[in-house]
Order: sequence, then C-alpha cells, then structure tokens
Amino acid sequence: MNTVLSAQDISRALSRIAHEICEGNNGAKSITLLGIPTRGAHLAFRLAALIESIEGSAVQVGTLDTTLFRDDLRLKAPRALMPTRIPSLGIEGRNVVLVDDVLFSGRTIRAALDALGDIGRPSRVQLATLVDRGHRELPIRADFVGKNIPTSLSQNVKVNLVEIDGIDEVTIAEKVSA
Amino acid sequence: MKHLLSIADISRLDAIKILDTAEELAKVSDTPMKKLPTLRGRTIVNLFAEDSTRTRISFETAAKRLSADVINFSSKGSSLSKGESLKDTAQTLQAMGADAVIIRHGASGAPARLADCQWMSGAVINAGDGTHEHPSQALLDAFTIRRHLGQGREDLTGLRVGIVGDVLHSRVARSNVLLLTKLGAHVTLIAPPTLLPVGVESWPVSVSYDFDSVLESLDVVMMLRVQLERMQELFFPNAREYSRYFGLNSARLQTLHPDAIVMHPGPMNRGLEITADSADSARSVILEQVSNGVSVRMAILYLLLAGDTSIEAGN
Amino acid sequence: MTQVSENILLKSGTLADGSVKDVLIADGVIHSVGDSLNPGDARIVSAEGHIVLSGLVDLHTHVREPGREDSETVLSGSQAGVKGGYVALSAMANTSPVADTAGVVEQVYRLGKEAGLLDVFPIGAVTQGIEGKVLAEIGAMADSLARVRVFSDDGNCVSDPLVMRRALEYVKKFNGVIAQHAQEPALTVGSQMNEGIVSATLGLKGWPAVAEEAIIARDVLLAEHVGARLHICHLTTAGGVEIIRWAKARGISVTAEVTPHHLLLTDELARSYDPIFKVNPPLRTERDVMALRQGLADGTIDIVATDHAPHPGESKECEWQEAAFGMLGLEHALSIVSQTMVETGLLDWAGVQDRMSTAPAKIAGYSEHGRELAVGAPAHLTVINPKAPYRVDRDSLASKSRNTPFHGMEFTAQVVATLFHGRIVFGKDRFL
Repeated sequence: MNTVLSAQDISRALSRIAHEICEGNNGAKSITLLGIPTRGAHLAFRLAALIESIEGSAVQVGTLDTTLFRDDLRLKAPRALMPTRIPSLGIEGRNVVLVDDVLFSGRTIRAALDALGDIGRPSRVQLATLVDRGHRELPIRADFVGKNIPTSLSQNVKVNLVEIDGIDEVTIAEKVSA
Repeated sequence: MKHLLSIADISRLDAIKILDTAEELAKVSDTPMKKLPTLRGRTIVNLFAEDSTRTRISFETAAKRLSADVINFSSKGSSLSKGESLKDTAQTLQAMGADAVIIRHGASGAPARLADCQWMSGAVINAGDGTHEHPSQALLDAFTIRRHLGQGREDLTGLRVGIVGDVLHSRVARSNVLLLTKLGAHVTLIAPPTLLPVGVESWPVSVSYDFDSVLESLDVVMMLRVQLERMQELFFPNAREYSRYFGLNSARLQTLHPDAIVMHPGPMNRGLEITADSADSARSVILEQVSNGVSVRMAILYLLLAGDTSIEAGN
Repeated sequence: MTQVSENILLKSGTLADGSVKDVLIADGVIHSVGDSLNPGDARIVSAEGHIVLSGLVDLHTHVREPGREDSETVLSGSQAGVKGGYVALSAMANTSPVADTAGVVEQVYRLGKEAGLLDVFPIGAVTQGIEGKVLAEIGAMADSLARVRVFSDDGNCVSDPLVMRRALEYVKKFNGVIAQHAQEPALTVGSQMNEGIVSATLGLKGWPAVAEEAIIARDVLLAEHVGARLHICHLTTAGGVEIIRWAKARGISVTAEVTPHHLLLTDELARSYDPIFKVNPPLRTERDVMALRQGLADGTIDIVATDHAPHPGESKECEWQEAAFGMLGLEHALSIVSQTMVETGLLDWAGVQDRMSTAPAKIAGYSEHGRELAVGAPAHLTVINPKAPYRVDRDSLASKSRNTPFHGMEFTAQVVATLFHGRIVFGKDRFL
C-alpha cells in the first residue's frame, strides 16, 4: 500500500481548489456546494469553510445523495440512503459545484446530475474532486481536481479523512482477490 | 430481507433502517418531480383479495413514485372472486413476471403460503392478512410516533403507547405490539376481556380493562376500529356500553397529557370507538399517518426490490 | 404378495411377551406356536430379530367410498392399511351418502370383501345424515350383513344431550357402542387450530380444549346414568385424559382412543401456516402430548386409532382457512407408536399388541381379531422390524392421497409383513 497524498498534500490541494472555485465563479455569492456522501460531503464542508475565509461571507453548502439514481443497484445488496440536504437558497438558477472524493467511472456524477434534475434547474453545474484516477466509462470530466493519479484497474484508491477515518491520507493498494 | 410478511421477521436494526429510509424518501414529495427512477422496469402487482382503497392506493402511489409498473388485481371482478385458488393466481403472476406481489387477503397466513410454496419467485409484501399482521401499518405508525415524540432518537425507547379496542381481531394491534416493543416502547392493551386473545399473557405488554385509569400515563393513544358485527357474536352487549367504557371522547381527550397524540389506522367508526371531535382535534395525527404511509411504503419497496437481497448488506 | 393361502413357518420371531418362538401357519389359521417346530411342507421364513404381533386393528378409518373416491377408495385404503400392518379397518360413516342405512353399510362391507386384503368393518351413523337430530336405522345396520356394532357421527359431534342419551340407551339392545367425536359446536364455530399462545400470535381462530372436555364430561355421566358403553374418539387433551381416568375409577364403562399424530405433533407446527397440519380435533400443546402418552401407557387410553383422513391435493395446497381438516395415518401408525411409546420406555411390545390389536378388537366385538396368536385362531399377524430406519416420502404411499404430515420425518421401526388369514397381503424384503 502506498500513500500518494499526505495530510499536508490534501490541505494544499483543497486550498487551491477553493481559490479556483472562487476564481471560476466570480466570488462565492452564486455558488452552491453539494457534497456527495459520505466523504464528498465532508470535503464540501471543508471547502465551504475555506471559501468563507477567502471571501469573508458564508457559502451555501449541502449534501446530495445519489443512491436512488444509481444504475447498478441491482448488482449489490440494498444500500442505506444517505442524507440529501439542499441549502436555503435551493439550486434554481444557482452555480452548483458537486464535490466528491474520487472521480473514477463517472457513473456517480451521472447519477448526481439526474438527482439534481429532479430537484430543479441550476444555472450551471461544475465538479470538484480530490482525486481523479482515470478510467472514465462516461463522457464526464472534473472542473477542479486535487490530484491526477493514474491507476490500474487492479488497484483500489482510498481517501481517508479525519472526520471519519481519523487521519487525512490518500492511499493506493492492489485489490485482494476474493 | 426478501419478503415482508411479519414484523416478527424484522430485526430492530432493520426496522430502524426502514424508518430512516422513509425519512429520506419523504423529501421526494417535496420536489417538483415527485418521482425517482429507482425501480424503473420492475413490475409490482397489487393483489387485494379484500377490499381496501386506502392501503392499495398508498402502495400504488409508493410504487409509482419509484417508477415501477403497477398492476392491480383486486377482488371485485377478478378471477379471485370467481373462486380461482391462491395457487393458480400465484402461478399466473409468476408467468406475468411480477417482481413483487403486495397482497391483502382475508386468510391469516396467505402471504406466508405465497412466499413459502414455490408457486412464484417474487418478493411478497403483506398488506394485511386476516387477523394476523399488517406490517406496513405498524411501520408507518412507528414512523409517525418517532417524528412527533422521538426527540431525535433513532427508536421509541421510554414512550408509553396504549392500544385500545378489538385486539382479538386486529392485525394492526399484533404488528404494532411486535414493532413498538422491538423499538423500546412500553405497550398497554386496553380492551374488554372478551376482545383480548387467550394467550395474551405471554405477550410483552401490560393489559388493562380500565381505559380511564391508564389515560394520563400514555404518550400515544392508538384507537382500533371496532366492527358492529362483533355485537352479534356476543363480544359486548351493545354500542353504547362499548363507547362508554372504551371510546375516546372529549372528556378522555382532556385527561391526556399535553404532548400526547391520538392515532387510528382507519377507517374510523366516528361515534363508536372515537368521537368526531377527538378525531379532528389538534392532537390527532390520523391524516399524517396516511401521508406517512406513502413514504414508509416507498422505503419498503426500495429495500426489498432495489438491491440484490440475496447478498448480505455490508457497506 | 401371495393370493393363495400357503403354509408358512415363521421362525424365531419375538412375540409380544418377549419370548422367541416359531409360529406355524396352515390353512389360514395358527397351527402351532413353540420351539423348533417341524415345518412339514410349509415355506420357512426367518423372523429373527423381528417382532411378531397379532394383526393390528384400526377403529377409526375414513375410506371415503362412497362419494370421495378421488381421495381414497376401500381398495386403496385397504392397501394403505396392510402396508401399515393392519388386518382390520373400521370405515367411518361420514361418506356421501352417509352410512346411515343397511344399504350403504352393506355396500362398504362388500367392497372390503372384494378388495380381499383385510377386514373392512363399516361403522354406522348415530343420526340420519350425521345431522345430530334424529336417530339413524341403527337396528337395521346391526342386523345387516355388515353386523355393525360401532356407531359414530364422527366428523360431527352428537351435541344434543337428549339425542346422545337415547343413542347410548338404544345400542344396549345388541351390546353396541357409541363412539363420540367430542366437539361442542357453539364453542368451535369457524375454529381453525388449538386455542392458545400459538393461535393468538397467528391470528387463527381457536378451538379450545374445553369444547372437547365439556362433551366428554357430559357423556361419561350420561353413560353412567343409563348404564351404557361409551367410546371417545381421538382424545387430544390432558384434561380429557383426567376425565376418563376419573370416569373409569367410578366404574363407568368408557373407552378412549388416541391418534398417532396426537402422540407426536404439537400446535407449534401451525406457525408455518401449512395446512398439512390442520386436523380436527387440532394438534395441541406439548403438555397435552405428554399426558396422552402417559394415558396410553397406563391404560387410561385403551387404544391407538389412526383417524386416517385422506384429502386431495387441492384441499391442502391453499391458505389454512380454505383447507380441509385431516391427516393420513395408516401407513406410519406403528412407526410412530414405536418412537413415542416403545423407544421412550413407556410401553413394551406386549402393550403395543394390546393397544393396537387386542383392545380395539374387544371394544368393537371383532371376535376373529386380537386373539394374540392363539392356536386355531385365524392367522392375522403383523411382523415388525424394530431397527429398520427409513424416511417418510409422501410420493411413495399406498394411499391415493398425499396429505401426510410426516413427510421427511425419520422413524426406526417398520412393518415388514402383514398376514391376513395366513396370506402375506403385504411383504417387504424377505417376506415378499
């Protein structure tokens, strides 16, 4: 198992992404950050705090669970639903920035776009991800990336966050065959 | 969990999972689309051998909100009423490719027979079988109680629930006793001795023949429907005596503590087990039970049909 | 199976009293019983390690002919009977038409003779149409070719106390006996299973023990009052055993039977809602089962009777409430009695011979049966291998029906041969 991002790497990456989001949206007023549970949600809250300290005002932030829109539900055991919390100004006419920890096949983001569509009509949707590990199966790309990490399909990428895993760290390991 | 036949088969954690899932799904009705693609392509059959508009519509709404295809097979005018056997009906449904059958039937155990015999392979959901159980009703009742009195807890620990009326013939009572106690509530059954089953001593509940003596201690009063036919079967002398001792009227309503709520699975006999003003009072959550029913039933359908239930959940 | 009577020497079988003896059968009767008998021209068959009893007699069988030949006929019932070691069956009267006239009982009697595998003794109805209101032509049935001595409305209870009194008195004329199906109708309207903890949970209407016991209590007192014999069918409750015990202690002329399924199964089985376990009177609790075994052991219960009740598939492949009441019993009765009574030490083989052959024959007056291998008696024998484990398979039954609750169960003792008038009417392995 290799560590590809340390706690400090993660901190710098998030700081940079926070600046890029503000830059790309002319400030924070029109932005609604929506983190995809579980770890994407924590990252979204961290980004919101960072943007707030940059811009000096509170940022709209919430969570968007994609479980009900997945295309692979049938293949696994029934999944518990995670919370969807849309912040006070909603998404209608807003610049939504989806936040996730790892961008891989792109199917989660496809589901997130469908979920958004059921709630309303954002002005635009962007994607921020901590890690892009390649191997897209759909035409989806990220607007803001923490780190591009080329991987093989035989590997697992694990993002650990202090809020859940007790440590900030991104690791890669070979899959153990079942 | 492949079927939902009885609350006895659900663990405490599964029950809480259903309630939590229902909380999330309740938000769907607040969105403009009100529809999710999750069960697209699934065929769900409503097999209602007993009349019931309310439960059938609730399940149908739940299924449609998840984009499932719904086929209604109700007692009037169907082959069921012409004497087609349960077995033949089940084999027909299997041939039609039903992924799930929601069955309401007058015979206790009919859903269990459908699930056990190899007549069909879909999921079986018990929407009320004879006097045995009505699991989705108990789940929506628990969901309603938790919203009002749960104070952020995941279960119902410490809450005192009184179930009043014809317990002997009530599938709602049986399911509720099982679920409420499973979730940590304390249940008291209040009824005349004739309407309590022999064997109730073995249930994890208290029993009282005196409604007035327990009223003040209750957080929830759940009134059961009493059928007037029971008078012919000598369970109580007449309607007047029944209402006098076991009806929920304004005087009894005043005795309840300020946060207590009043529930009824419906349909109500206004004037028999519950007076009109009690049913319409501010403490009554009866209409909410109905709307919560859709969310809870959506949760049941989602958990039974969306995933592959042969795999143990492990995420 | 042999159709022609041949001479047979059963060598070294273990008799009811535990002794190992040879039994020589010639011309359809028991010729001699002793050690190292000279076979003469008899076929020698080794019965070593096997139990040899006088042929089993069933006092409670539903052969469904006339009227429901789709579920069983006299012939198929006879085939099932001999497979279970029976040489005599008593055909209950709740057929269609009801056996309440000489004509119907003679028809059943003749069908039994034609089948030729065992004796079929028709039971006559107590009341016309078994409706419980007016006495049937009891005298005519007694005088008929069938010579009926046992009368029963089984399926229904003779619930009117006046009708029961008159019936008890009437059969004294020819030393007949009324066999009562004890079930107070008013307390069991729509009842589905034993009333208790299980029925309360399952939402199935209960059949309380008191509905059976109240009738038994009433009838033993009636029998005492009019000085008549009384027989209680399918006893199922601990309370019923106590009432019979009390009545016998008082000198009342009452006898009682228990079914194999009530010696083995409890109402817990209903939890599956599988109506293979639906029967009338219903399966009761563990406490009742233990009391019944004890009652059979100490003789309070006189006999085992099967209440063999065949039903076609559609009557059991449905929801509980729609299903018919009844279970098959002939083919596994002996195995069950062995498991519940002999293997538990409650009864020895002499006791089994008494409860399943001698006593039933005596109650019903079947003089040619239950004679315990007496020299000169007709050679009606049941040969049992006490150590031949097998699993019950509902698809390999001799009965026309499949409704056995014992499917998949394992038993140790098995009937391997049944001899009727010296002919092997059923035989397995070396007894073929």
